[in-house]
Amino acid sequence: MSSPSRAAGATIRGVGRTSRIPLPALAVSSLVLVSTALAFVFFVAPNDANQGFSQRIFYFHVSLAFTAYACFIGGAWKAFRHLTKRDPRADLESYVLIHQGLIFGTLVLLTGSIWAKISWGVWWTWSEDELVLFLVLYLFYCAYFMLRFSVDPGPQRENLSAVYALFGVVLIPVSFLAIRLAKEFLHPRVFTLHGPNFGGWILVTYCVAQAALLVLAYTLYRLELSGKRLDLRLRRLREVLV
Amino acid sequence: MSYFRDVGALARKDLLLELRARDTLPAMLLFVAATFVIFHFALPGTPSRLETTGLLWIAILFTALLGLGRAFVPEREQRTMDGLVLAPCDRSTIWLAKSLATLAFLAAAEAVALPLYALFFHSIDGTTVAAVVLADVGICGVGAFLGAMAVATRARDLLLPLLFLPLAMPIVVGAVGATVGPPVVSSPGRYLGFLALYDLLFAVICWASFEYVVAE
Amino acid sequence: MLTAHRLGKRYGEKRVLRGIDLALPRGGFLVVTGPNGAGKTTLLRICAGLAQPTEGTIERDATRAQVGYLGHESLVYRELTAFENLELYGRLYRVAERRERIGMLLERFGLWDARHERVASYSRGMTQRLALCRVLLHRPELLVLDEPYSALDEAGAELLDAQLAELRTERTVLLATHDPARVESLASGALALAG
Repeated sequence: MSSPSRAAGATIRGVGRTSRIPLPALAVSSLVLVSTALAFVFFVAPNDANQGFSQRIFYFHVSLAFTAYACFIGGAWKAFRHLTKRDPRADLESYVLIHQGLIFGTLVLLTGSIWAKISWGVWWTWSEDELVLFLVLYLFYCAYFMLRFSVDPGPQRENLSAVYALFGVVLIPVSFLAIRLAKEFLHPRVFTLHGPNFGGWILVTYCVAQAALLVLAYTLYRLELSGKRLDLRLRRLREVLV
Repeated sequence: MSYFRDVGALARKDLLLELRARDTLPAMLLFVAATFVIFHFALPGTPSRLETTGLLWIAILFTALLGLGRAFVPEREQRTMDGLVLAPCDRSTIWLAKSLATLAFLAAAEAVALPLYALFFHSIDGTTVAAVVLADVGICGVGAFLGAMAVATRARDLLLPLLFLPLAMPIVVGAVGATVGPPVVSSPGRYLGFLALYDLLFAVICWASFEYVVAE
Repeated sequence: MLTAHRLGKRYGEKRVLRGIDLALPRGGFLVVTGPNGAGKTTLLRICAGLAQPTEGTIERDATRAQVGYLGHESLVYRELTAFENLELYGRLYRVAERRERIGMLLERFGLWDARHERVASYSRGMTQRLALCRVLLHRPELLVLDEPYSALDEAGAELLDAQLAELRTERTVLLATHDPARVESLASGALALAG
């Protein structure tokens, strides 16, 4: 029987030290970057010739989409590490990344819907490939959460979640191809959401917005991760002391 | 090769179990026939070729889900999965055998469903049969895999359709595209190729990761 | 053959095993006792390779083909016959002279006459005897038995006694039981789990 003090002091498996950049610094940079991005989007970027001021939602919609993809792919990478390297921290990291991805994904669908309403007066359009893809992925990752919370915590839950996350990443290109193919016989009413031609200030604004969202996503990821790790540590400590 | 001998032994077991229980296959047959009848009443007027093709694939998909939900029931209820996991065979043989057995049941159900479809709605051709074969491989491969996952959870039957339907979307696109044929679609071969790609990609990932689904 | 050092197992937040040390040399016979809920089943599952420990280490000098596990469930398919069940496991474990071995075991455990009947029609005692056939089918080096006497009647228990005595010298056995007195003469060591 190990003595309680020794166990408490030792590194408890699965709960690592959060690394590198301190969280407060990240939070501040997110704030700064997002504010800068907002400033750029509203004041610096030129007005679109066709759609005017309201087209600016494009900057957020596209960068949100890219950020969500990054989260899902990151989640799959962590899942891969969990399965192959048996990294004890990877499962939680994978889960938090996918959680972030789903949050950003919700925003993608919302901004997409708003953009469609602004551009065409409809709340949804099946003709935007990337939006439809997001809908499919959204359903897929919602099922991830249903799966995860339907299994008791333990190695089996971690393995099932990791495998499913890997399936997701394979689904992304396959679904995109399918949606493209389906247009041939589906003929959705064409409501395209045109982004502007990239160049000059438009490109700069987009880059700023994208960087801001990526940093924000990473900050939220670290925040949620540290919260969950703390929770885990507390529970383990409580158990050791009992 | 001993790998395929193991698959054979396991698949034989699955087929035997179903032949004895005699519940899944009749249920699938009845379900698909009833679904067609419902479709007739649910769609007013004369549906187009594209619409009935869509219906055919919805019927096949949900019939397959019915069968897949039952696939791992013996292993779950009698805890015999432990016995299979302890055996020295490669864990992926369990998945492959279950997929093959489910494929056999689905094919048997379709042997009735397709003629019924031709009777009620539109005739079918060789491309349709090819699409059915390729789509079935994808449905059973991915479905058996997810079935094993679902069986390990509390939600079980509830969870399988939720896990399966997003992954089935590409299969539906490929199958409908190949089945509906010209003039709606310029080249059904493209869709068959897409189905083959899907089958290959997901077969590889299922084969490689089944180990993690059943063993700790 | 089997060495465990400070083994622990947690399912989610529930701790089932803590700080177990175990040393089972080749040819040994270790009896595990303890009240219900002490973790005997979990320990045996880990030793057989069905579960991984969350703390500590376990070393097992036997491949999957060399381990035979008998748990609380019989691990036989109820809708198949005894013969079909043993055929399946015989194939999976690549048992040499499969048919002969199956016949010999069925006969030894008194199931030969019922071999073509579905397991669903068996009594609990018969099912347990079939499970014993399954465990012994591939001549495992390491036998992990979780309360093997539980469903057996006196005749079946005597068959098991005889079988264990026969295996005592050739194999390594890890056995959990509520009745340690029965196997006291065979045991080379004991491990008592506290609740």
